[in-house]
Amino acid sequence: MSKMTIVEPKASPSREKYDQLKKFIVENKDKRGYLIPALYKAQELFKYLPPEVMEFIAQEMNLSESEVFGVATFYSYFKTNPIGRHTITVCMGTACYVRGAQKILDELEKKLGIKEGETTEDMRFTLGCQPCFGSCGMAPVIMIDNHVHGRLTTNMLDAILEQYK
Amino acid sequence: MNNIRTQLLICQGTSCVSNGAVEVVKAFKAALKEAKLDKEVEIITTGCMGICELGPVMVVYPDGVFYQRVTPEDTREIVQEHLLKGRVVQRLFYKKPDTGELISIMEEIDFFKLQKTIARRNCGIIDVNAIDDYIGADGFVALGKVLTEMTPQEVIEEIKKSGLRGRGGAGFPTGLKWEFAAKAPGKQKYVLCNADEGDPGAFMDRSMLEGDSYSVLEAMMIAGYAIGANQGYIYVRAEYPLAIKRLEIAIAEMRKYELLGKNILNTGFDFDVEIRIGAGAFVCGEETALIHSIEGKRGEPRPRPPFPANKGLFGLPTVLNNVETLANIPYIILHGAENFASMGTEKSKGTKVFALAGDVTNTGLIEVPIGITLREIVYNIGGGIPNNKKLRAVQIGGPSGGCIPEEHLDARIDYESLKELGAIMGSGGLVVMDEDTCMVDIARYFMNFIQDESCGKCTPCREGTRIMLDMLTKICQGKGKMEDLDVLEELAVRIQDTSLCALGQTAPNPILTTLRYFRDEYIEHIRDKKCRAGVCKSLLKFEINPEKCTGCTVCAIKCPVKAISGEKKKPHKIDQNICIKCGVCYDACRFNAIKSH
Repeated sequence: MSKMTIVEPKASPSREKYDQLKKFIVENKDKRGYLIPALYKAQELFKYLPPEVMEFIAQEMNLSESEVFGVATFYSYFKTNPIGRHTITVCMGTACYVRGAQKILDELEKKLGIKEGETTEDMRFTLGCQPCFGSCGMAPVIMIDNHVHGRLTTNMLDAILEQYK
Repeated sequence: MNNIRTQLLICQGTSCVSNGAVEVVKAFKAALKEAKLDKEVEIITTGCMGICELGPVMVVYPDGVFYQRVTPEDTREIVQEHLLKGRVVQRLFYKKPDTGELISIMEEIDFFKLQKTIARRNCGIIDVNAIDDYIGADGFVALGKVLTEMTPQEVIEEIKKSGLRGRGGAGFPTGLKWEFAAKAPGKQKYVLCNADEGDPGAFMDRSMLEGDSYSVLEAMMIAGYAIGANQGYIYVRAEYPLAIKRLEIAIAEMRKYELLGKNILNTGFDFDVEIRIGAGAFVCGEETALIHSIEGKRGEPRPRPPFPANKGLFGLPTVLNNVETLANIPYIILHGAENFASMGTEKSKGTKVFALAGDVTNTGLIEVPIGITLREIVYNIGGGIPNNKKLRAVQIGGPSGGCIPEEHLDARIDYESLKELGAIMGSGGLVVMDEDTCMVDIARYFMNFIQDESCGKCTPCREGTRIMLDMLTKICQGKGKMEDLDVLEELAVRIQDTSLCALGQTAPNPILTTLRYFRDEYIEHIRDKKCRAGVCKSLLKFEINPEKCTGCTVCAIKCPVKAISGEKKKPHKIDQNICIKCGVCYDACRFNAIKSH
């Protein structure tokens, strides 16, 4: 069995984040299958999941690194690249698609100067798509952070984006 | 003690909240205080009333007056006119789409009148955060009855007798599932609630959890008693933050009232529940994938047998039920299996919640007795197609379902008859599509979705759906061949037969139903290079009508490939050899001079 790298976070602003993450893992050590909540906690603290954070989780939870990487890369909510301060998710569910979601996505790509999956240079917005948030009654819909904006037309986008610095 | 004479029920479902329902509540509080009515008029923040298209919505009780599209600015008028002077605010009434008739009373509006709420019996009525409201609506009485008057086997028999079938899509008899798990040996068992509602177009479960999570929690406990489990998990998708928040509040309240934990209602029955949040994988709605996700693994399904009833979460006997299935349980226990079975059809009992979305006037949630026709849903309840457009198809069952054309609109909706039509009941997502929908593009859209969400474990799904997607994309680009249709059909059947889980097994359904009912559209795409709905951009031809064109040059300036030529104030022309069919000119023209066909 190969030697596992022991991750020792350097004393730095992120040291505190590692401590909080460790505390979370320890507090929940009796809960079975708690890797996904741990990844969520890590993403909340570090804003995304860099390799060293995933290695840290593997070490603290006594899992193999490949298992942690395998789970993190399976689920679309986990980001292994840095993301912007705000995440815009365009719903591409059937109801939204039928009511013009593609146009909304095209317009956002144009306005922000990035393609789906990318982040603006000033790290303000990350743009993505999700199949459906279940807000079909207000299609088409986008979610920015945890807020749902519905009944969209392309000329509403500027005012909405303004709210998010 | 306050003498409450009037209650304002204000919807706080996600849709209404996004349209300002929280601000409406705040504004009402201020307006009531101003009018010195705050001790006589009570505000009840309810769950989704179902008519999401018209939110924010509210009902004034005891009158039963229904107001729609209420803004914070309207609240003062409602208080001053309706509550103080008894003069209803007509401009906020519901307007019938065909006749323009104004209807004031909620129960007289067709959208509500034609429904029968069993699962959604408390949504839109009880306060979402108040456990006392739930108790006042017979909450936990079913649990009490089960724990003190019934044996686990009697509970199972009652659910079997009701004929309740899984509402998540598969339609497996719920009582039978519980019986398998009850018979499985072992002391530790689990009850799981599948709240990973991933079907695009479906939001029934979200609304249920936001509006009445207590029903679901109570049902999980009844299931636990029936099978011998004392631990439950609710797996909620991450895209539902409000539902998660309301569940957390409900669980905290139940713990305070000692309705969760040890020795519940002094009967010696222990039960506790934990929320686990998904992370954006549609496949985790599949039973075994969901179980793996709770176990902290990649959400990949596994072969069955063994079935989860015998070997499920952490290798132990497990019952997994959908949110809506569970919501029916307390009703069945309280009112009896026969009452429930008196609704529906011979093999499909009870009611079903549908999420009506797409090109329909009244989008929202409805609950109707199984056996109703699609026509009644789309036209009588849904208010028909907006903008005088014709119906093209009704998509039912999400990516596992099918597209039903106009000629079958009078078919009765139940598990069996939908299967005969090539569709499935599914979770309840019903997307109405008007004449501007390209059915080939819809098949491609679903295949694209499935390809994205395929977990990749088995070859038929991983590779097969990629091949089908590529073929459909080529057809939409005008590069298809007639032989492709036969290959698609054969491939579809193979993938149905050999995929590991229901995601792959049902992935070909949209293609098979669109080929069955809209084959001529496929042929037009291939042979005539034509998209009759004008959706497939590669098959569109943009032309300038010289009679309408004013020569303003806006289109020529905006064209990204300089395909438009013409002098100022003279009709312009598009060079079809250069045109990339992006549609920018079409959008830019202020004179409707550009036609796409």
